[in-house]
Amino acid sequence: MNYFAGNFDVAVIGAGHAGIEAALAAARLGQKTVMFCINLDSVGNMPCNPSIGGTAKGHLVREIDALGGEMGIAADKTTLQSRMLNLGKGPAVHSLRAQIDRKAYTALMKHTVELQQNLILKQAEVVDLFKEDDGWHCVTRLSAEYVSKTVILATGTFLAGKIFVGEANYSGGPDGLFAAEGLSSALRKLGIPLRRFKTGTPARVLKSSINFDELDVQEGDEKIIPFSYRTKTAPENSVVCHISYTNDETKQVILDNIHRSPLYSGVIEGVGPRYCPSIEDKIMRFADKKRHQLFIEPCGADTEEMYLQGMSSSLPEEVQIKIYHSIKGLENVQIMRNAYAIEYDCVNPHLLNASLEFKDHSGLYGAGQFNGSSGYEEAAAQGLIAGINAARKNMGKEPLVLSRSSSYIGTLIDDLVTKGCLDPYRMMTSRSEYRLLLRQDNADERLMPIGFEIGLIDEETYESFLLRKKQKETEIERLRRTTVAPSQEINNRLSALDTTPLTTGIKLAELIKRPEVSYFDLADFDPCRPELPYEVGLKVETEIKYEGYIARQQAQVDDMLRLENKKLKKTTDYSEIDGLRLEAREKLNSVRPENIGQASRISGVSPSDISVLLIWLEKENRQ
Amino acid sequence: MTDKTIAAISTPAGEGGIGVIRISGRTAITIADRVFKSISGKKLCELDGYTALFGHIYSDDELVDECVATVFLSPKSYTGEDVCELSCHGGGLVLSSVLRAVLQEGASLAEAGEFTKRAFLNGKMDLAEAESVMGLISAKSREELRLQLSAKSGRVSKQISEIEGFLLELSANFAAFSDYPDEDLPELSEDNFKRLLSLAKNGLDALLSTYDSGKVLREGIKTAIVGKPNVGKSTLMNMLSGENRSIVTDIAGTTRDIVENTVNLGGITLLLADTAGIRQTDDKVETVGVELAKERLHTAQLILAVFDTSLPLDKDDEEILSLLSADNTVILLNKSDVGQATSVDQFKSFKTVMVSAKTGDGIGELEKAVKEISGTANLDPSAAVLLNERQLELAKKAHSAVAEAEQLLTSGFTIDAVGVAVDDALSHLYTLDGKRVTNEVADEVFRRFCVGK
Repeated sequence: MNYFAGNFDVAVIGAGHAGIEAALAAARLGQKTVMFCINLDSVGNMPCNPSIGGTAKGHLVREIDALGGEMGIAADKTTLQSRMLNLGKGPAVHSLRAQIDRKAYTALMKHTVELQQNLILKQAEVVDLFKEDDGWHCVTRLSAEYVSKTVILATGTFLAGKIFVGEANYSGGPDGLFAAEGLSSALRKLGIPLRRFKTGTPARVLKSSINFDELDVQEGDEKIIPFSYRTKTAPENSVVCHISYTNDETKQVILDNIHRSPLYSGVIEGVGPRYCPSIEDKIMRFADKKRHQLFIEPCGADTEEMYLQGMSSSLPEEVQIKIYHSIKGLENVQIMRNAYAIEYDCVNPHLLNASLEFKDHSGLYGAGQFNGSSGYEEAAAQGLIAGINAARKNMGKEPLVLSRSSSYIGTLIDDLVTKGCLDPYRMMTSRSEYRLLLRQDNADERLMPIGFEIGLIDEETYESFLLRKKQKETEIERLRRTTVAPSQEINNRLSALDTTPLTTGIKLAELIKRPEVSYFDLADFDPCRPELPYEVGLKVETEIKYEGYIARQQAQVDDMLRLENKKLKKTTDYSEIDGLRLEAREKLNSVRPENIGQASRISGVSPSDISVLLIWLEKENRQ
Repeated sequence: MTDKTIAAISTPAGEGGIGVIRISGRTAITIADRVFKSISGKKLCELDGYTALFGHIYSDDELVDECVATVFLSPKSYTGEDVCELSCHGGGLVLSSVLRAVLQEGASLAEAGEFTKRAFLNGKMDLAEAESVMGLISAKSREELRLQLSAKSGRVSKQISEIEGFLLELSANFAAFSDYPDEDLPELSEDNFKRLLSLAKNGLDALLSTYDSGKVLREGIKTAIVGKPNVGKSTLMNMLSGENRSIVTDIAGTTRDIVENTVNLGGITLLLADTAGIRQTDDKVETVGVELAKERLHTAQLILAVFDTSLPLDKDDEEILSLLSADNTVILLNKSDVGQATSVDQFKSFKTVMVSAKTGDGIGELEKAVKEISGTANLDPSAAVLLNERQLELAKKAHSAVAEAEQLLTSGFTIDAVGVAVDDALSHLYTLDGKRVTNEVADEVFRRFCVGK
């Protein structure tokens, strides 16, 4: 017999990176929120790499922060080392990546959740989920029945999780935690089809058993830029990482034992991520490659566990030992936690609207790995949007749908719900067609006004954003107006920078447009330059240097917006529209796009189908 | 977008004695007034709808042509907007000068089908009507139609796909380079980037160079019929055009002016000009005609040189022969029905056919010879040819984006900016071969329309 455990506005199942952002956002927007977690010591756990950010993922963290999410602040407070990746490849692809003290991060996140008003954190496994007139009912294994207006599924790799290590396999979640067993059948009962994805993680090894002597060292940046716009004091580097490589012996060990991999013996049915393959996958798929790189990263400040990035595996433990021992520096390494593959239930995200609400289940939302993505940052981004939208639904407001041109978050969600995904979806800069606009440095300009309007960004943060923006604009204006005259000094400097000396006066902005010249290079020749925060200076430079390209991308955005402003009704029956090809009718009926722009991105919908749709829409609108 | 006033030549290229420039949009009449001066001194903006003025078109104060300007006021016009139609004398050169003058005064060149699209959007026609208009403007000849089809499925798209392949490889390289900074990727060399860019550029160069041969099929080949008097040039003209355009008598020198017509010979459009017989003459009027005929010998792309095969070659024939080049001439030995005093062998360096313009004998051989000489027989419908200004425009844009990428790379700009230029080029190509939707309402559908009606 179930007992009634309370009424809530928002219930969040799972307290990983998606769940936390969802629950915090909902609670901060005034919703009475409950969040369930199988084990409260694993709130915000990082069961894979002890790092946050990376290419495109760093962008996501900045965007989450600009909208008022938590991930950036927590990462800044627990950073061990930080690097801006891709410096020298251009501002569009600069991405922040930080090594994180994973225990500190978990503790901080749990505490933040505990302190949050309107939010209750429960250690419980939800085993049943159904809808009645009074709302969604979440039933726990211990027969507590919670009733909530909306529910967010953020089950990560826990949902029917199964661990694989060589011939051994068993039911389980990540990091030795229990899997969530009952919920899958409840979802199937609701008519939600589930599928299996898999992912994996490398071993954690004992630091003192590694010989670092001959390994390359990877240091953090001298000048750290924090993830969060709200972080006042930038973190400092306290650790280094190391780099080593696999070799012929590693390859031989893997080839000799590949039949023992559950992936190759066919025991694993789940689809793994193309973008984050296991070491045996890399060896098999890229047979020509002589060596593969791996990073040795500390897991925290007060632990001797080290993470071997790039070496995930589902081979038997004894083979793992041989593999690791074949690598320089790891000859005598002691494995503390073995590598494993994990398979889990998830949905095809095309079942969701861009608000992340299920198309066919009002009030039910999905976020994170449950939606087919991979990665902490991807999860957090979706969690934030799902939390915001569950809250807004309860408040009777329109959902927040971010466009592709506004953010990587918008791009991520649009990709997921429009195209679905066949393997775990990882964010990449190349997934955005508007890369020069969606830079990590201007996430605040793109999203903070939205975060403020929604109510997740406080007045003080917003004011300081407005100030930065003003500073930037004033400075760009000044540089456009200010002329520098040719002089021996400046020409010496320009020659040193390998660019043409001046013969006549030139506007400072024009000089900055030269690829060889940076804003900071000209400080000595710019006596009226105001004192500005470093980030503002960087942004000034970027916007001047890339002005033409930024404008061009903006024009493309405007083109696409015209198509996106052509709204399609969710109730449209595409099989009734003459002229659409059969495949297009099916795809359109399955995706039910919000607008023509989204329709144009569905695979299987051709330009001529879009023409037919445009004409049809025009006719509909006239009638 | 609908704020833009647009203009285009709205009569088929190369045809007819009269050509119409249509201007449509809010400032159509104002723009027309800037290039058009009526005889009466009246302004077009003073006119009611459905009325016209006679006058002249000026471009930079220089007289271009006589013109009848007709004003249609919104909503009672083809497009539903204010429209002015300038009816001038046909002929590509005059019409393009008038169009250029109109564009100079602030109109934008209409995109393919834009008039019809505006008509549709302004409620002037329903889709079915729009489609029937489209039927009317469909390909001018079978050859062109086949060529259009091949543009879709054949070599053009194959060639474009190949170029897209280079750019995609480049784009993928950039992506790997940016998205996996920590990966131990094989060193991505700038040389390789440059190599791919130059492959793409060469491909686009090749594609762009095909535009002219496409134009031949679309607009027709300027063809002159020449020969000494009374060898049957006008009979040939009439036979080919299927109507009595030239006056045929047995009096030498009947055709003194140049008579023009557009004919379709075996699927190829010929802009045929029947010229005065070339001979020494004292007749002043005839002399002018002869001069004109000789001029045509230089300006025509294709020459049909007619000789009377029932008579031996004389001095006039010899003189004409000396003016001809085998590259662009088909020799027609006419009157084969009357007798044979000359033989094909006498013209060995030339492509030569026996015909009877009167009976139509040998017309098949003529067709074949014309095809061969104009290169269109080799112009396999599956050859890569850009068909229209729009395609040309897109290919050019792609070309300049590739050139820009090259330049950025050379000047040391960062990869992300180079990537944007490469993506730009790709997106133009995707638009060109229809792999991506880029434009707004119905543009895609209406693009299938030719300019104007």
